[in-house]
Amino acid sequence: MLKRVHFGPSVLPFLLVAPQIAVTLVFFIWPASQALYQSFLLEDAFGLSTEFVWFDNFADLINDGIYLDTFKRTAFFSFSVAFLAMSIALILAAMVDRIIKGVYVYRTLLIWPYAVAPVVAGALWVFMFDPTLGIFAYALNTIGYDWNHKLNGGEAMTLVILASTWKQIAYNFLFFVAAIQSIPKSLIEAAAIDGAGPLKRFWTIIFPLITPTTFFLLVVNIVYAFFETFGVIHAITQGGPAKATEILVYKVFYDGFVGLDLGGSAAQSVILMAIVIVMTVIQFRYIERKVEY
Amino acid sequence: MIENRPFITFLAHLTLVLGVLLVAFPIWITFVASTHDAVRMTHVPLPLLPGDQFFVNLKTALTESIGGAGSLPVGLMMLNSLIMAMMIAVGKISISLLSAYAIVYFRFPFRMGFFWMIFVTLMLPVEVRILPTFEVVANLSMLNSYWGLTIPLIASATATFMFRQVFLTIPDEMLEAARVDGAGPMRFFWDILIPLSRTNIAALFVILFIYGWNQYLWPLLITTDKEMFTVVMGIKQMLETAEQAPDWHLIMMTALLAMIPPIFVVLSMQKMFVQGLTETDK
Repeated sequence: MLKRVHFGPSVLPFLLVAPQIAVTLVFFIWPASQALYQSFLLEDAFGLSTEFVWFDNFADLINDGIYLDTFKRTAFFSFSVAFLAMSIALILAAMVDRIIKGVYVYRTLLIWPYAVAPVVAGALWVFMFDPTLGIFAYALNTIGYDWNHKLNGGEAMTLVILASTWKQIAYNFLFFVAAIQSIPKSLIEAAAIDGAGPLKRFWTIIFPLITPTTFFLLVVNIVYAFFETFGVIHAITQGGPAKATEILVYKVFYDGFVGLDLGGSAAQSVILMAIVIVMTVIQFRYIERKVEY
Repeated sequence: MIENRPFITFLAHLTLVLGVLLVAFPIWITFVASTHDAVRMTHVPLPLLPGDQFFVNLKTALTESIGGAGSLPVGLMMLNSLIMAMMIAVGKISISLLSAYAIVYFRFPFRMGFFWMIFVTLMLPVEVRILPTFEVVANLSMLNSYWGLTIPLIASATATFMFRQVFLTIPDEMLEAARVDGAGPMRFFWDILIPLSRTNIAALFVILFIYGWNQYLWPLLITTDKEMFTVVMGIKQMLETAEQAPDWHLIMMTALLAMIPPIFVVLSMQKMFVQGLTETDK
């Protein structure tokens, strides 16, 4: 942590950490503790009186079938996005590893969606699937499928998953390429000499050796799907139709800023914080366990 | 290459080309839509090849207000986005450099306490604490200002961690030599640490610029004044008014404009960005 050679105590280090600590206290620690405090309060609709209700807000959430449904929906959404985005990225990364010419070109062409904002990604996909005008909706129509994500919840979910996945492929791809390239070539060559074909080498050598990266990406993708897809959903469906695409983050926003249920929204925030903390801890645990070749 | 199997190499290229098509298709469609006029964009099927209205649409989007009365022209929204992204990127890098320097190079009381205080922020994305943070910003009367847009997003453990990691790999002899030559702490920081971490700063800048430019939920809550809207929010607003009369050619032109700066930053600094991303996040 500390350098062997370092400076002794003085006022300077306090001045150096001061800006960051000030921002952290005012905009992180204080609001987070406020969220915790508010989650124990019940406020009337006009904000005139508040009552300390202990765990009632949490109990309400847990007994509320809607919240549990949102939870299941979020889990389904996150795992679908993580699975799709990682599988596609891994296939592409494995292919990049096989070729010699054009690696740079492919990489350049594959990474730009990383730079696209979630809302913009949402706008792009909602345009392509617009029930009356969209190019894909039209294509589906010509083969006899009537696409309308504004009415059909399942189709809305599919569209949201597609848009979120599209944006995340680039990020996963970069990590998988870096991981595959860091595997010593001698291992692969030895297996090839022993007669293992490309597919067998992939499943028995490459795939096991990149497990730490895969795991890291799984956590990152789930966190992404949990929180950063807000923009995608806000642009495409606004949580609809009939709450079919309302995930946890969307519900915190909706209940807090539209429904004005402050205590309930704060309780949801606290639950989300707990989820993030658990995921961060898992992530750090696994990163420390690096694979030695 | 371990063995020469032309068929598999062909298959690899084929898969990659398909992958590129999958990834690039939405962007191509956006570009195509931005090159046609309003009339063409209401006829099914929509075009797959570009038209000739690109510059007309570009001019309209940049200078006129589209989607709802009194909204800002996209050109000005982009200026807001640029200011926000730059403030977030530069702010984050500056305060993280300073705090990482203090934590790695100084022995002082509560050092680990400060470290942990910064560490917990890693676990609290803005999305999970929006309501109380919004209240804090409102109480400080920072709504509808660049400060309110950026400062709450500036503190982040990620950058501090990265710089901490970088500083720890710098040999101790550097500081010893600097001391022998009579350099004080700030001199050492400016003349040795900063130049040595140049590539990391650049990589982080790319990541943070994109992060800042693409912020959506926070600006949505903090800004009610149309003068403060960012381009990412502007698109959403246009989509809403588009429910009745979709100006898809202009919306897609705006989407294209919103994508260009971050894509340009990523591609122009690709090498450092890829290095920074894959080496620091872990």
